[in-house]
Amino acid sequence: MTVAARTPTQQALKRFWRSSPGRAGLFIVTAFILLAILAPLLAPYNPTKDRNLRARLKPPSIEHVMGTDELGRDIFIRVWHGARISLRVGVFAVGLALVVGTLLGLVAGYFGGWLDMVISWLIDIMLAFPSILLAIAIVAVVGPGITNAMIAVGIVQIPVFARLARSNVLSLKEQEFIASARALGATNARIILRHVLPNGLSPIIVQATLSIATAILDAAGLGFLGLGAQPPAPEWGVMIARGFQYFTTAPWISLFPGLAIMLAVLGFNLLGDGLRDALDPRNVR
Amino acid sequence: MAAYALRRFLSLIPVLFGVSLLVFTFVHLIPGDPARVMLGQRATPTAVERLRKELNLDKPLFLNFKAFRESGEVKKLFDSQYLAFLSRTLKGNLGRSIFTKVDVSRELRARFPATLELTLGAMAVALLAGIPAGILAALRKNSLWDLMVMTGALVGVSMPIFWLGLLLIYIFAVNLHWLPPSGRLGLGFNFEPVTGLLLLDALLRLRFDVFFDAFRHLLLPSLALGSIPTAVIARMMRSAMLEVLSQDYVRTARAKGLPERVVVWKHALKNAMLPVITIIGLWFGTLLTGAILTETIFNWPGIGKWLYEAIQARDYPIVQGGTLFIATIYVIVNALVDLSYGLLDPRIQYR
Repeated sequence: MTVAARTPTQQALKRFWRSSPGRAGLFIVTAFILLAILAPLLAPYNPTKDRNLRARLKPPSIEHVMGTDELGRDIFIRVWHGARISLRVGVFAVGLALVVGTLLGLVAGYFGGWLDMVISWLIDIMLAFPSILLAIAIVAVVGPGITNAMIAVGIVQIPVFARLARSNVLSLKEQEFIASARALGATNARIILRHVLPNGLSPIIVQATLSIATAILDAAGLGFLGLGAQPPAPEWGVMIARGFQYFTTAPWISLFPGLAIMLAVLGFNLLGDGLRDALDPRNVR
Repeated sequence: MAAYALRRFLSLIPVLFGVSLLVFTFVHLIPGDPARVMLGQRATPTAVERLRKELNLDKPLFLNFKAFRESGEVKKLFDSQYLAFLSRTLKGNLGRSIFTKVDVSRELRARFPATLELTLGAMAVALLAGIPAGILAALRKNSLWDLMVMTGALVGVSMPIFWLGLLLIYIFAVNLHWLPPSGRLGLGFNFEPVTGLLLLDALLRLRFDVFFDAFRHLLLPSLALGSIPTAVIARMMRSAMLEVLSQDYVRTARAKGLPERVVVWKHALKNAMLPVITIIGLWFGTLLTGAILTETIFNWPGIGKWLYEAIQARDYPIVQGGTLFIATIYVIVNALVDLSYGLLDPRIQYR
């Protein structure tokens, strides 16, 4: 029997499969993404047309597995379609934070000097505000709505990625392979994008996964406060806020969207833990 | 150490300067005339003009070049909105609410104890639940206990705080009637606070009926706000404990024949607490400044709820003053946490 040499990628994959949080997270996240993508195909839904006042505030039953809300809308189908909104918010917000934050951090760490001072100063200023307050303030300036909420939630996460990327560059910058790339005459942009970025990618991938979880939570919080998605959109935070008024008589209206948030966030947190186990071999538990 | 402490605090000045710039600029980022936006579409032109004067909106934003050119005095160059804002803020004057006319700094002082009490309550929950759970999970690694603690911790960080708050209200207030759903103190108590921290005040005045009632009001919001730090502290405690238990000095202690009890509680725990204390400090700062959702749900009369309502009402002096206050507290608490490393861990030396 021959033992094949393993590439680092294969080793990481193997470590990922051995990590049970990783497997559980991958399962939840995959299910979540599939449900979000398939929702309009399997169960088309128009939130503006969905009214059935004869079936108001019905508790969960075989007909309506999660019950109905104050307008007689089926909560199950709304929670299902809410997955699309939350997934979009999570991916878009983290994408924004990832690109802007990583670039800022790379530039600050690589060039140093006054550029680093200014960027670090800006990051420190942003970190001086609690994230939910900063997000609320941004939405207060640009106005409520799902797009603005996504942007706000994304901006709030920029410092996390900037710091991570900066500290990565600082440790990589002094290594020999960077010096040899420079000696070979590579431009700064080439060194940053082809040598520094790929080698410092692992912690950024882990952080991005965990950040999607935070972004989904923050966006739901904004929705709950009336600053994110607007009714009748089936956004989970909005649904919880609407259900709040009927909480004593019809708790299921708020219960199920909350469970959905928890499950989605849990999935990304687990996946992030699993990726950390896989990508950071020092972190073997 | 003293030199490092001084430097750490001096480094806050540029950050706070930036914060003041941002908070100031915030109002001017909103499209349209702030005075008009604040007073609404139906306000009379005189009222709008009066507010513009009151808020210095008739002056330029940062530097007054026009007045400088006309008079030739350097002093006039600084006759601008931002510098007026900065100078009164440094004097402790945060302005007045547009709608209720209440003095912002006085109101902040009045509301801060409520927020502090809630934070202390949440931290008490987090410490009393998180630390023992983390230790238990570490000592019984890979057991059912460990699995339960780690699963609970993951669920804890994944739950939206506002939803958990609603569940707690539904279960313990609406259904079981064990605890009140909102507020800090029941109606019908004739009680004059001393410090504003109700539990402390009740003890000072020997009013045990007030203490008991305030405690019942504090429980649910503390549980909700404390859920995430509980989970984070439990995870941190577990990994710190596992790390320490694998160290040489623990093996030495065991080799000397010390009972496991002494090894764990005396040698391991003390060292494992170091990173946990840092996390506790950072979470204290976060909760103190970030309890907006919890305060809103439980109708808790603290700073977070007040600030959120001001943002909704576009009461900009409150938003500016409150945000500035919160950011200042936050960076100071974080600096203190930084400094505490050195005090707690003699291995760290500051230069």
